[in-house]
Amino acid sequence: MSLLRVEGLSKEFGGVHAVQQLDFAIPAGQVFSIIGPNGAGKTTLLNLLTGIYVPSSGRILLEARDLTGRAPYEYAARGIARTFQNLQVFFNMSALENVMVGRYLHERCGLPAALLRFPSLARAERACREEAESLMRFVGLGEYAQSPSDAMPYGALKRLEIARALATKPRLLLLDEPAAGLNPTETLGIDALISKLAESGVTVVLVEHNMKLVMGVADRILVLDYGKRLAEGTAEEVRRDPKVIEAYLGAGAH
Amino acid sequence: MSGRTASLATLAGIVLLLPLALQNNYYYEVAIQVGLNAIVCVGLNLLIGYAGQISLGHAGFFGLGAYGSAILTARYGWPPLAALASATAGVAVLAYLIGRPILRLRGHYLAMATLGMGIIISIVIATEDRLTGGPDGMPVPALAAFGAALSGERVWYWVVGATLLAAVWLALNLVDSPHGRALRALHGSEVGAEVTGIDSARHKVKVFVISAVYAALAGSLTAHYAGFVTPAKVTFFHSIELVTMVVFGGMASTFGAVVGAAVLTVLPQALTVFKEYEMVVFGAVMMLTMIFMPRGLVPTLALTLSGRRLPR
Amino acid sequence: MSAQFLQFLLAGLTVGAIYALVALGFSIIYNASQVINFAQGEFVMIGGMCTVWLANAGWPLPAAIAAAVLVAAAVGLALEKLAVEPARGASVVTLIIITIGASILLRGLATIVWDKNIHPLKAFSGEAPIQLGGATLLPQSLWVLGVTVVIVLLLSWFFGRTLLGKALLATSHNRLAAQLVGINVRHVLLASFGLSAALGAVAGILVAPITFTAWDVGVMLGLKGFAAAILGGMGSGPGAVLGGLVLGIVEAMGAGYVSSAYKDAIAFVIILAVLFFLPSGLLGRRSSDRV
Repeated sequence: MSLLRVEGLSKEFGGVHAVQQLDFAIPAGQVFSIIGPNGAGKTTLLNLLTGIYVPSSGRILLEARDLTGRAPYEYAARGIARTFQNLQVFFNMSALENVMVGRYLHERCGLPAALLRFPSLARAERACREEAESLMRFVGLGEYAQSPSDAMPYGALKRLEIARALATKPRLLLLDEPAAGLNPTETLGIDALISKLAESGVTVVLVEHNMKLVMGVADRILVLDYGKRLAEGTAEEVRRDPKVIEAYLGAGAH
Repeated sequence: MSGRTASLATLAGIVLLLPLALQNNYYYEVAIQVGLNAIVCVGLNLLIGYAGQISLGHAGFFGLGAYGSAILTARYGWPPLAALASATAGVAVLAYLIGRPILRLRGHYLAMATLGMGIIISIVIATEDRLTGGPDGMPVPALAAFGAALSGERVWYWVVGATLLAAVWLALNLVDSPHGRALRALHGSEVGAEVTGIDSARHKVKVFVISAVYAALAGSLTAHYAGFVTPAKVTFFHSIELVTMVVFGGMASTFGAVVGAAVLTVLPQALTVFKEYEMVVFGAVMMLTMIFMPRGLVPTLALTLSGRRLPR
Repeated sequence: MSAQFLQFLLAGLTVGAIYALVALGFSIIYNASQVINFAQGEFVMIGGMCTVWLANAGWPLPAAIAAAVLVAAAVGLALEKLAVEPARGASVVTLIIITIGASILLRGLATIVWDKNIHPLKAFSGEAPIQLGGATLLPQSLWVLGVTVVIVLLLSWFFGRTLLGKALLATSHNRLAAQLVGINVRHVLLASFGLSAALGAVAGILVAPITFTAWDVGVMLGLKGFAAAILGGMGSGPGAVLGGLVLGIVEAMGAGYVSSAYKDAIAFVIILAVLFFLPSGLLGRRSSDRV
């Protein structure tokens, strides 16, 4: 049973076809990777899958539910969370508060309860804080719990976004180039974290430029080129596909 | 003791002890003025400082609160408390209706739209003279509670002081709740907030309405306290004064909003000794503070006292 | 076309041209620095007041005008150097407050250097109205429209053909890239404030014979100029001109046909309506967030 299904998805920007007629399905519980050269439409696809862009045509279904045309927060409410290649950290808040924001969907409280600070809210807030702290330890940021986020190094911010996304308790987690800009040691760390995520049962969509990282952790790989599907399959199948070799590997990238 | 309780206790202490330093009615008058402005600023800071949405038109909401009270009591004979409550509720509904389309705008476009809204309100108030008395203003009956009219500076000092404390308490609670975190998150990164499940449009409208209610309530109280309303407090310039108080005191600091209101309410009173140089000095103080303390007075002082380096 | 309609249209075009000049000033500074300069209206006031003052002191009108434009430009440069540059990197709201502080300071200075009275300025070429299809037109209106056309042409030449103009445009599109190709961004910022101030001063001088001038005329003219710039799309030159003219005409028609008391309100209602449907103004760049 696939968790997410995409049918005939296209996105056009003033005549430029960023994504064209994509069909694919993401099986539950796997690491699904989307790769392709720069400008292949990876980030556009991710923005479509999280409601940030509205598709020009096509449908996005989470299980049987059609999410096409919904707002990003509705995608999040249905269980799709993501990180960003160019960080979207809340720099006006502490690291821990960033993760606590991620608990928003599961800590619903009315405005009167917030304004008058009902005792039930005070209890929920303590639970929220503890949960956020444990998520920060899970992604390896235990030491940063009290840091202001604008004082954290780049690699830690990438993990912070993962912790925030996990706090929404997603069924599908989309990671946009989590290793971009990291040194080899940090990349290994992210690699291990992704494996740990997959083991915890969440379905991961990994958008990457770094082929090596993808080949190691992905169960299935979708290769994009100029917004179109070039190939799809296991790492082994994709690696041997002549079209992929020509467009991507053959071009000498990585 | 949490930061929230500490700042509330500090403020309560100041409100309680301040009368020891107030020697005559004029000082009380200034203190009441500070309190009324501070109520508006605490609300406005939720919108500007926390949610990051500018408004250059909040004097409009202040004015509608003031004139709503004035018209309902003076022209239709409503009891003052009912008038105050209705005027405030009416402003809340209006802010909700205006807020939905207006808050889709960003940055300078939002500044323009709120500015336009404020100016439209002030023109309507100045023009509909049969109802509002026009540019001359109109008298307002005194506030009465439990059968006794509230009058005199000393009584009003406690009314305004208590209202301010309640306003600050509610604001501090809100900021330190999932709602407050959602507001700060959409200020930090709107797209980041959305993908985390926050309906940013709804939260913006909500905080816009809350800040409008704060302004309207302060407007109503001002009208009943002064016994007279004029369009002067509904102008674009008053909107700017309010925003300046918030930014001067320090954005995203509830205590800062109160301090900003206090300093910029007292300063012009103190500057009257400079007579014709008053505007020059006031403008220069605004510029210099913002150039050298872009984060505002309270956050800058707090950082300096805690010995941390100022991040830019 | 009825004579009455023509009369309103001419009045609207005249005041619209003034708004267009002020709006261009907003747009030029915004493009170079992303700052909304709320002191823009004070340049208008300085232009008018300074000309009146020098003319009353016996200067010939052209010399007084030239000197007033230079004074305003110098104030613009000083504003950039002393207030905007030291605050670089501050938030939008902080910069707005700084320029508002500057406008209060400049208004205060005007009351000290000059006074708090309203001053007339002699029309450039007489007061005899010109008959035109049943409507009347003041010669000063022709000056306003003519000079505005010349300035718009000069500006398009400046931005299209000169090195400094192109540097200004390049900086507005991408400050970092402009720096990399060797443009001195600090000079560009300075130039944009000088140019905007001069434009504002010209507007203030042109309109002074029609509406008179005083220490506080800059407030409303500045707001209207800002409104026109937003209406046209902030940062767009053609947008600023279009926004100014549309605003002027809407206001004149509103005052003529609906209610003169509500003429300013009508103008702002139209602006709100436009923003609700076109959130980046009439000719503004449509932007989509990249994430």
